[in-house]
Amino acid sequence: MADHSEESHHDHPSRSTYLEIAGILAVMTTLEVLLYVFREPLGREITVPLLIIFTVGKFVLVGAWFMHLRFDAKILRRLFLGGIALAAAIFAVVSADWFLSSTGPGF
Amino acid sequence: MSADTATAQVDAGHHPPTNFGISNEKLGMWTFIGSECLFFGAMISTYLLYLNRTNGGPTALDIYDIPFTSASTFILLMSSLGMVLALDALQRGHMRGFRVWTLTTAMLGAVFLAGQIYEFTIFVEEGFKLETSPFSSSFFMLTGFHGIHVTLGVVMLVALWALSLGGKIGPDKSETVELVGLYWHFVDIVWIVIFTVIYLIPVG
Repeated sequence: MADHSEESHHDHPSRSTYLEIAGILAVMTTLEVLLYVFREPLGREITVPLLIIFTVGKFVLVGAWFMHLRFDAKILRRLFLGGIALAAAIFAVVSADWFLSSTGPGF
Repeated sequence: MSADTATAQVDAGHHPPTNFGISNEKLGMWTFIGSECLFFGAMISTYLLYLNRTNGGPTALDIYDIPFTSASTFILLMSSLGMVLALDALQRGHMRGFRVWTLTTAMLGAVFLAGQIYEFTIFVEEGFKLETSPFSSSFFMLTGFHGIHVTLGVVMLVALWALSLGGKIGPDKSETVELVGLYWHFVDIVWIVIFTVIYLIPVG
């Protein structure tokens, strides 16, 4: 068997790290809600990119720390990213359909 | 891994690890999660495609209750914390802590589901039904399928809790709990995306 020991170690985070991550997730969710509350003075040009940044940040935090992708074998990361890439491909096809159709984008 | 080692592991009742040094079960769960990304990606894309096709029925702006959904989102996020603390307690051999956190996670999931049922009930009362429009159909299909996933997660968590009461879950079964945890965190991750893309961006 190939030696994959450097990839499959299990240095899982401590409880205090989990609590810190949960705190960051809570703060990011609060900021998302605040962006919704102040959506009119801020405008979509500011709120939408920030909402996407916060969502990606929360996604990465849960995936990397709570799902241990940061510590587990690289193959698991590739499986997950492969699924996300396929989902992104579907989204790209749908987006192309919006711009090519007469009805225009759905959002 | 040598053939002798593999045979010894099978004889001992354990599945041999894959060539990647991880178990077949874990590799299988991650493959499943990868395929689920594709599933929810397709559902979210469909929702966005039909967002403006309301057939004269309610729009996203008309029906969404963002403060209520924000509270549900917070509850589901915190359930992920409960899940990692349950696994951590099990790996340290603290069975009482494992049971407390597993049950807490399941209860938070149940509260989220109750909120979703309440939200659906309000929507239907306001004339926003599955058959109202392509927009409503795609909304109910996406959030409904997510709700089914949460329900399955709650059932698995309660099963883990019950099995631990009977002594069938211990530190030696931590990978089983980790796999359930992976599923639970994935359900949480999907909701993180749904909350922003489905609720906040269209209304914002």
